[in-house]
Amino acid sequence: MSPRTLYDKIWDEHLVATRADGTSLIYIDRHLVHEVTSPQAFEGLVLAGRALRRPGNILSVADHNVPTADREKGIADETCRLQIEALEANVEAHGVPYIPLLDDRQGIVHVVGPEQGFTLPGTTVVCGDSHTSTHGAFGALAFGIGTSEVEHVMATQTLPQRRSKNLRVRFEGALPTSTGAKDMALRLIGQIGTAGGTGCVMEYTGPAVRALTMEGRMTLCNMSIEGGARAGLVAPDDTTFAYVAGRPLAPKAALWDAAVAHWRTLASDPEAAFDREVVVDLRGLAPQVTWGTSPQWVTDITGRVPDPAQARNAEEREAILRALDYMGLEPGTPMEAIGIQAVFIGSCTNGRIEDLREAAGIARGRKVAQGVRALVVPGSGLVKKQAEAEGLDRIFLEAGFEWRQPGCSMCLGMNEDRLEAGVRCASTSNRNFEGRQGRGSRTHLVSPAMAAAAAVAGHFTDVRRLLEA
Amino acid sequence: MQPFTTLTGTAAPLIRANVDTDLIIPKQFLTTLVRSGLGRHLFHELRYDPAGQELPDFLLNREPYRKATILLSGPNFGCGSSREHAPWALLDFGIRCVVAPSFADIFFNNCFSNGILPVSLPAESIAQLAAEEGPLTVDLSAQTVSGASCGFRFEIEPARKATLLEGMDEIKRSEANLADIEAYEARRRAEAPWLEVSQR
Repeated sequence: MSPRTLYDKIWDEHLVATRADGTSLIYIDRHLVHEVTSPQAFEGLVLAGRALRRPGNILSVADHNVPTADREKGIADETCRLQIEALEANVEAHGVPYIPLLDDRQGIVHVVGPEQGFTLPGTTVVCGDSHTSTHGAFGALAFGIGTSEVEHVMATQTLPQRRSKNLRVRFEGALPTSTGAKDMALRLIGQIGTAGGTGCVMEYTGPAVRALTMEGRMTLCNMSIEGGARAGLVAPDDTTFAYVAGRPLAPKAALWDAAVAHWRTLASDPEAAFDREVVVDLRGLAPQVTWGTSPQWVTDITGRVPDPAQARNAEEREAILRALDYMGLEPGTPMEAIGIQAVFIGSCTNGRIEDLREAAGIARGRKVAQGVRALVVPGSGLVKKQAEAEGLDRIFLEAGFEWRQPGCSMCLGMNEDRLEAGVRCASTSNRNFEGRQGRGSRTHLVSPAMAAAAAVAGHFTDVRRLLEA
Repeated sequence: MQPFTTLTGTAAPLIRANVDTDLIIPKQFLTTLVRSGLGRHLFHELRYDPAGQELPDFLLNREPYRKATILLSGPNFGCGSSREHAPWALLDFGIRCVVAPSFADIFFNNCFSNGILPVSLPAESIAQLAAEEGPLTVDLSAQTVSGASCGFRFEIEPARKATLLEGMDEIKRSEANLADIEAYEARRRAEAPWLEVSQR
């Protein structure tokens, strides 16, 4: 057999049929379901008189619009409550495994799936959520789908697909101190643009990727969609297997051994041909901060807000002007001189235990600056419990951060965790689109350490300086 | 799904790059349990002020664009979230065709699930179409978009074209492969037994 990429191998293993029109039917191993993108899918199935083919291959949990405080008292927002009740009624009616809202395992689908061992190397994973790319960290082909496709997977356990192009992202050099997976992702997107990976599956390679923990790899793969890619992949290795081993839904005993033996074959062959390659040089990488309304508009913390006059063409100039107007920024302003009023630490990008440790390391012994509201929202109930066992909650609370219950929260502001117009936020989430965190809100994407540093300084600041102090 | 064959109508030029799905339909409308009724919230934050009043300058609040059936835009249209609420909102407003230099992947797929035709054309062609005075005509069979003074041919994958022309039920199509699916599952159970989710 000719040399193949990791993506080729997973694709080949999941090919159910190639149809006369050239499309392929791909088998879906794992399906994550949440309250926002599923009600119309369940409704569609019922209207068409179709049953779920493999309800046991679904894991469902409410995350997008759940309250992150006092949820024991019920859900105040009626439309949110109705949507969660609809999910509960649907999973009950169709026999779909569900993690209840008050269960310790509840959390963001993309944190919960890996945590439970639902996400496994070499599998296909889908969810009605674009950040499904997160699971690529395990060497799983994982991508976001629309609600019609959710219905399709429920009915047939397959999806008609077109083969994507293979794009290798080669990170060169080691990560400098005080930078991490978030900075790698933002640097990459800054380099290739938000549509740079369109039509491609990106495989992340290089020593810095190998050195990342699973949490870091999830952060990196999570942002693949912000670079436009269908999915991101990291080939599984001992780091992966050590993370998966012993998780509730992971294979056990002899099945585990057989699985690992197979998973070890899941790497791109040395001679495999990639359609494209992008090289990202990590030498001298500084902590990254976005300044605009697209994740591609990013710079070093030591950098400045760009000057539209230096745009490459009229369209770009106009786009930058609109972004600066929305963001309320003047060209040439040093990033460190930009004051903030809000901080959000959490999301499927940076809501895992390592992210909270990283932020707590900065918050320890310091105070949130006056006039800044800072939220810490663990990615799951298990992350929250672990953090509390380590005393991270006390560090945050003593510093003046809010310590909240798990969910998507202020990443997209579907619940009450929303910003007012004009409020500027240092956010560990994944999107800085206009209105993303609330109408008129101004989002700057950063790492957990940089978010915590901004919280205590009251403006963006180079976290490396805080660590030297 | 409603088939797409030809369409003649007003084209609204919303020419900007990276129109994301948050902009097309903001999060506060995602709590709906149905597919319909999102049209009045399409581009909500560009279209209404914070008190909910129409912003008279915005394109879709002006004649003749209130009844637009075609949207012209910039590259990477539909980037961001996978929310199918974006094509639902476009469709409910009356938009059946989006013409842009390029589309984000998930949005592109979602269009075909809803009988919306995404057409890729170079930015220069779109600029010419935007300059047309009267309505535009989209002919999927002929793969053309044209106005009174200009016309362009676009490419589309034959399978995608067939889906739209026939208004095909994609699930029904995949169900025709039931024997293949069953054979695949049997093979996988034997070759990769660890994939069975039996621990619950």
